[in-house]
Amino acid sequence: MCRTLKFAVIVFPGSNCDVDMYHAIKDELGEEVEYVWHDTSSLEEYDGILLPGGFSYGDYLRTGAIARFSKVMQAVIKAADDGKPILGVCNGFQILLEAGLLPGAMRRNESLSFICKPVELKVESSTTMFTNAYQEGQTITIPVAHGEGNYYCDEETLAKLKANHQIVFTYRRNPNGSLENIAGIINEKGNVLGMMPHPERAVDTLLGSADGLKIFQSIVKTWREAHVVKA
Amino acid sequence: MLLKHEPHPQQIKTEKLYQQMGLSDEEFTMVETILGRTPNWTETGLFSVMWSEHCSYKNSKPVLKKFPTSGEKVLQGPGEGAGIVDIGDGQAVVFKIESHNHPSAIEPYQGAATGVGGIIRDIFSMGARPIALLNSLRFGELDSARVNYLFKEVVAGIAGYGNCIGIPTVGGEVQFEPCYEGNPLVNAMCVGLIHHEDIKKGQAHGLGNTVMYVGAKTGRDGIHGATFASEELTEQSDEKRPAVQVGDPFMEKLLLEACLELIQSDALVGIQDMGAAGLASSSSEMASKAGMGIEMNLDLVPQRETGMTAYEMMLSESQERMLIVVKKGREQEIVDLFKKYDLEAVAIGKVTDDKQFRLYHKGEVVADIPVDALAEEAPVYHKPSKEPAYFAEFQAMTSEVPQVTDVKETLIQILSQPTVASKEWVYEQYDYMVRTNTVVSPGSDAAVVRIRGTRKALAMTTDCNSRFVYLDPETGGKIAVAEAARNIVCSGAEPLAITDNLNFGNPEKPEVFWQIEKSADGISEACRVLETPVIGGNVSLYNETSGTAIYPTPVIGMVGLVTDLDHITTQPFKNSGDLIYLVGETKQEFGGSELQKLLHNGRVFGKAPELNIHLEKERQDQVLAAIRAGVVQSAHDLSEGGLAVALAECLFGGKQLGAKVNINGDPVTALFSETQSRFLLSVKKADQQQFESLVAAQLIGEVNQTGRLQVATNEKMILEAEVAELETAWKGAIPCLLKLRD
Repeated sequence: MCRTLKFAVIVFPGSNCDVDMYHAIKDELGEEVEYVWHDTSSLEEYDGILLPGGFSYGDYLRTGAIARFSKVMQAVIKAADDGKPILGVCNGFQILLEAGLLPGAMRRNESLSFICKPVELKVESSTTMFTNAYQEGQTITIPVAHGEGNYYCDEETLAKLKANHQIVFTYRRNPNGSLENIAGIINEKGNVLGMMPHPERAVDTLLGSADGLKIFQSIVKTWREAHVVKA
Repeated sequence: MLLKHEPHPQQIKTEKLYQQMGLSDEEFTMVETILGRTPNWTETGLFSVMWSEHCSYKNSKPVLKKFPTSGEKVLQGPGEGAGIVDIGDGQAVVFKIESHNHPSAIEPYQGAATGVGGIIRDIFSMGARPIALLNSLRFGELDSARVNYLFKEVVAGIAGYGNCIGIPTVGGEVQFEPCYEGNPLVNAMCVGLIHHEDIKKGQAHGLGNTVMYVGAKTGRDGIHGATFASEELTEQSDEKRPAVQVGDPFMEKLLLEACLELIQSDALVGIQDMGAAGLASSSSEMASKAGMGIEMNLDLVPQRETGMTAYEMMLSESQERMLIVVKKGREQEIVDLFKKYDLEAVAIGKVTDDKQFRLYHKGEVVADIPVDALAEEAPVYHKPSKEPAYFAEFQAMTSEVPQVTDVKETLIQILSQPTVASKEWVYEQYDYMVRTNTVVSPGSDAAVVRIRGTRKALAMTTDCNSRFVYLDPETGGKIAVAEAARNIVCSGAEPLAITDNLNFGNPEKPEVFWQIEKSADGISEACRVLETPVIGGNVSLYNETSGTAIYPTPVIGMVGLVTDLDHITTQPFKNSGDLIYLVGETKQEFGGSELQKLLHNGRVFGKAPELNIHLEKERQDQVLAAIRAGVVQSAHDLSEGGLAVALAECLFGGKQLGAKVNINGDPVTALFSETQSRFLLSVKKADQQQFESLVAAQLIGEVNQTGRLQVATNEKMILEAEVAELETAWKGAIPCLLKLRD
């Protein structure tokens, strides 16, 4: 009675964490997943949309600045309007910012260098559809790998993010200079999450941590609950 | 557009213009004999790059012949883009190392970045999916602004390219010595995975088949890069900056994915990277290897700039380009395939059967050369070889134990030497996890990358202690291979094969040529005994600035096979109460050691440590057997800084463990000698008996929870230190030298 979820991993020219995202869903979560090329115009058949990390279009301009004009982004915006879960990781987060699905912008890391390492995150909110399998305040270890993860927004936006509990993850030790240690934020409606750390890289203890798996499990759990009610 | 007038053949000859391109008078005469006439400007350029050391190995060929290159698992030895070794289940590993030393010396970011881009293309041109990158870097001491700049920019360049294309940089090594001040070394290695049936070769078979150009357009960058790589760096080298190419990793990512899709098409006949000497080498080598000829119309070559001459197009080293040969009539399929990735695929010529290399431009024949003469028949030189005076002097020295007054302070100083210190500052700039297969990250003896969907993994490392090679090239060459194998074994893998990057000075100097010969002898012997054939590599000569050569630096890139994920072993001690074992006896050997360098202001002298390669093999086999039996908790090889550094490194990593060790003999020798063929292992008490039945090792201590390293000789304490203090020094050294202290 309970069908598997079908996820889309959006592939832009230059995406390079698409394979990792795909395998996290297929091998570790056990749900259905397909790669979706950037020139696709409909995402109707998918239950969840994943925007992976990488360097879309080389990111020679601002990160995500070109990808947001891809044909598929209209479909991503539609899916967001439809209330489907949308997760943007790293470059995916940057693209969501550029597309206006999330507020704020990214600056280069304070060190001006790319940084790749596992970091500790604090789960600030465990009531979202992406984090309800965590405990609020819990510390989890998930790797970061980015050159531009220094999140910034104006004071008004920050106040709104705080008031609406839209800050979902913060860094225990800030690796990039981001405002208020922000590592991940969600939209007001609660179905679009952007985060710099890579949960798809933390789904197997063989590689160091499986703390990221609960993000995907939360999506599945939320979806199943909603669809059982409907049935 | 300015039209350039190219010199006429007669002018090239009388004014000896070929000399500027690196051709000697004798070589030019040979070219005239081959052609039966005087070559034109384009043809002179073609011969000069194809006959450069970089492309033809004309000086190193006699030496390279010494290497053992075959083995039952070797599917492809030297001669193609990269070597290939069978790893069972129809899978194989493809790998190669290549240098980008001279470009990096004058334009470090792009030099390093395009070095990475080039080696990646060598791997996917074989049909393999690149799965990991490594590198081996050498710089001067970090006390000059210029070296700091080179170091930072090279690391940023490697990161910039590898991170963007999405291939994890999982390992490498960095060594700092004054001899590399003006001529840093940047060697990049790529490892790929392939199914046997997908293996492709760079061969232009089939009369009438179509030659297609795919990827980025051709510009004027990198013209004569191969020639530039084959001469010494001088004060004027900065003027050669235009010979350094600019990398576009995004373009290469598209090219990579398109080519891997192309591999599956039966329309594809052959594929080769346009690397050094670009279109000239790829086209001539593909035709020559297939025993065919090739004809190309240069008007059809996609060009980035207007008014390019045949000479410029053929010699350009613009990046991210490939040459492919496809079955006649199937061109449109290829065009469509590349279009999906917004890439051009253009038919520019065809395969002929007259063994000629013929180029057309603007309706005229601009080159007509027997293709084998270009690709295969460069002159081979047997350079004179002479033992340098320093060698006999070093050999005559007797080994003395250096004076150490404060053991702890000395250890801290050694841990703070940038060559020994933590390379976290470096590898945190590399995305070492993308593709989520990296089981053992940088900083361990060897990196380990799992093969998804199997229980197998690949271990990989780059190694060369060039101080030892300088003191004694033959022994040092052996040590480089042995150390690489030791690192592979410590990670739980069986060594498979090597790729080598022979970085040396000017081979026209007999003393330098002697170093090349001797180290090749050492490498060959070690490879035979350790059963790790040489499946490919690269030669980089003329690494000199203002007449001074670098230390001879034959870098070894080795790959090993982990047959079961459970065998993967790392260097940190794991549990309090585990027993610490030292494999191998320690001799009084300080020639080329960290301690010697520290105490003598950077100078090394005397004999290199001895190496009995048969004993090495025996110990490696024992250690691997014990790891596979599941009785080894941690494994680490002893290298720079000896036992003291190895013990400290096994305690780093924040587990708050300590160790109490008791050793015999002279304390300074026991702690700091760099005797080869030694391992430091830890074993659970419950496994003691089984371990001792498998490995001849000496029980020297126990892991505890004190957070302190305590070493006694004959029950007298000689070293007592907080691990945290040692770790702070080790971790902070490079950022501190770069003045990046937080």
